[in-house]
Amino acid sequence: MQKTLVTFALAASLGLIGASAAHADTLSDVKAKGYIQCGVTGGVAGFSAPDANNVWAGLEVDFCRAVAAAIFNNADSVRYTPLTSQERFAALSAGEIDILSRTTTWTMSRDTDLGISFLGTMYYDGQGFMVRKADGIESALDLSGAAICIESGTTTELNAADYFAANNLEFNTVVFVDQDEVVKAYEDGRCDVYTTDSSALAAERSKFAVPDDHIILPEIISKEPLGPVVRQGDDLWFKINRWAYYALLEAEELGVTSANVDEMLGSDNPAIKRLLGVEGDFGAPIGLTKDWAYQIIKLVGNYGEAFERNVGPSTDIGLERGLNALWTDGGLQYAPPIR
Amino acid sequence: MTMEHAYVRDSMVDARQPPRGTDGPIAWLRRSLFASPSDTLLTILGMLFLLWAVPPIYNFLIGHAVMPGGTVKECRAEGAGACWAYIYARFNFFIYGFYPIDQYWRPNIVFALGAALIVPLLMPSAPFKRINAVLFFVVFPIIAFYLLNGGVFGMRYVPTEQWGGLLVTLIISLVGIICSIPIGILLALGRQSQLPIIKTLSVMFIELWRAVPLITVLFMASIMLPLFMPTGTTVDKLLRALVGVTLFSSAYLAETVRGGLQALPRGQYEAGASLGLGYWKRTYFIILPQALKHVIPGIVNNFIALFKDTSLVSIVGIFDLLNTVQSASSDINWSSPTQAVTGYVFAAAVFWVFCFAMSRYSLWMERRLDTGHKR
Repeated sequence: MQKTLVTFALAASLGLIGASAAHADTLSDVKAKGYIQCGVTGGVAGFSAPDANNVWAGLEVDFCRAVAAAIFNNADSVRYTPLTSQERFAALSAGEIDILSRTTTWTMSRDTDLGISFLGTMYYDGQGFMVRKADGIESALDLSGAAICIESGTTTELNAADYFAANNLEFNTVVFVDQDEVVKAYEDGRCDVYTTDSSALAAERSKFAVPDDHIILPEIISKEPLGPVVRQGDDLWFKINRWAYYALLEAEELGVTSANVDEMLGSDNPAIKRLLGVEGDFGAPIGLTKDWAYQIIKLVGNYGEAFERNVGPSTDIGLERGLNALWTDGGLQYAPPIR
Repeated sequence: MTMEHAYVRDSMVDARQPPRGTDGPIAWLRRSLFASPSDTLLTILGMLFLLWAVPPIYNFLIGHAVMPGGTVKECRAEGAGACWAYIYARFNFFIYGFYPIDQYWRPNIVFALGAALIVPLLMPSAPFKRINAVLFFVVFPIIAFYLLNGGVFGMRYVPTEQWGGLLVTLIISLVGIICSIPIGILLALGRQSQLPIIKTLSVMFIELWRAVPLITVLFMASIMLPLFMPTGTTVDKLLRALVGVTLFSSAYLAETVRGGLQALPRGQYEAGASLGLGYWKRTYFIILPQALKHVIPGIVNNFIALFKDTSLVSIVGIFDLLNTVQSASSDINWSSPTQAVTGYVFAAAVFWVFCFAMSRYSLWMERRLDTGHKR
């Protein structure tokens, strides 16, 4: 009897999960409710965090705003669900959110095991190095023998060891168990170099008494591609989101910004005409209007603008474009052509 | 014949000063601090500890602190103390969370209305208790919900994701406290019941909820529950947390109340029965008033624990006071070495004020209800 009950319960729950996966018309659902539900972090500066007016802002928030702009012609038609890293995938699978845009590293197991699909890489993060400007170090290859403050037992330590061994550099660490201790030790001058993920380096740097005394070296020694995620099994929704991301990149490549997008409507460049929907209708196959990309650029801006506004060199976080530059500038951000 | 007295005192002699050495500050010092060698040693050690601990704390909190109106530059300076300017700048976020700024009047009315109703309810001398109770327990929650949620009378709809800060902390704890009292009492009575089904169900409920950590309950409510429900039927996240916290708290409360029920002598039950009172009348007029009085400290203990446990909802992404503080500590405009610490000190202070108030009120209530049964 008990066995039957357990079997029944299992079958019922699996059946329901199956039902929720099979149900896949997110675009209609989103249009019906009038907003996108976007899963974000509880607060990571520059990526998704409440700003001084208690409004969500950041690079990953701007992605959700871009999708909303494409669908509703209104970038504010987004509601945010702050998620912890434990609950983020469950919230997505359960349909509580439509897009997960939450500093999530794209890995194979996540992409294949969890019933979710990564769209692309909003930000190529990776482990970097911070040094004092006064030391005159310009590249990680100059770090041979320098004292490196590092957190023990982390992949950070292993990555750094690998990098130094591969480049025949002398590896000299000062190890601590706690992240705060590491920062403190670096600040107090007990070591010359502080290493962790580069976006975290930038955030820590902004807390120093004089942030400008420290620089982050250009080398990135590990792969942490952070990107937005949608549920698996809804190809249309996946494509809308992916092309919203590509439109951000394509606009930057073509030099279309939120400021000049209206002038650009009169451009003679066929690529710009296609992007802005002056020529051809690329919105219809993904269930959108033909000016979908125009709306994104008008209301949110292109990728470069979003980067600059949220994490770029002019902000307190002050990240360089680095790997996140367009492919034309030697970076990795590359969009397939819209044609 | 009358006796002539040479001298009759018509007033009392003033009490004389006690001998020197038994009164005054020096005697007090000797008696309380230096009574024996071991006392002396402890006093000196205590003094040294205070000398060691107090100045840095004072300097951090007040001496070197950056007061409201200061700038982030001052907070970032070497040796700067608590950055109160940051708390001041983000204060609204800590109180209202993401509630739209132009709609703050709505939570403000709720705060004011709640205070205006709960203060007379807590003062035994205030009149109109019955009306007051109905207003607070029935009318106020409805008004508060519609005010905060909006969507009626032309008020903008504000989804619960945008509620936050102290507002949400107070909502969760008030709802938890108010709803868990009746459920807890019923469960305690159920557990003592002679009826086997009621008794078994009560025992099962209490033991289930007591055996599971609150974090697990919240995780289940926010992660597992949606997976079991058909897509499209989402239950509000805040509501899920409210139900979880209430059920959890009522199981604990039930056991506290059961302690009070068991402390009553059997004679009280029998006396009630011999007066011809039925079960409910006996329970309401004779058993519960005595039983609950016995367990006031335990009940308030539960409430204080519940109030502090509300901060666990931050784990499931609800922006209570602690979560807003944590989230704001990544605010790049105020990033400074003491930013996070200042935020936590502020959160701790707010929690302390509420918990301390609850504990003082319960002590006072205990004394007022004391009818000489105390041993």
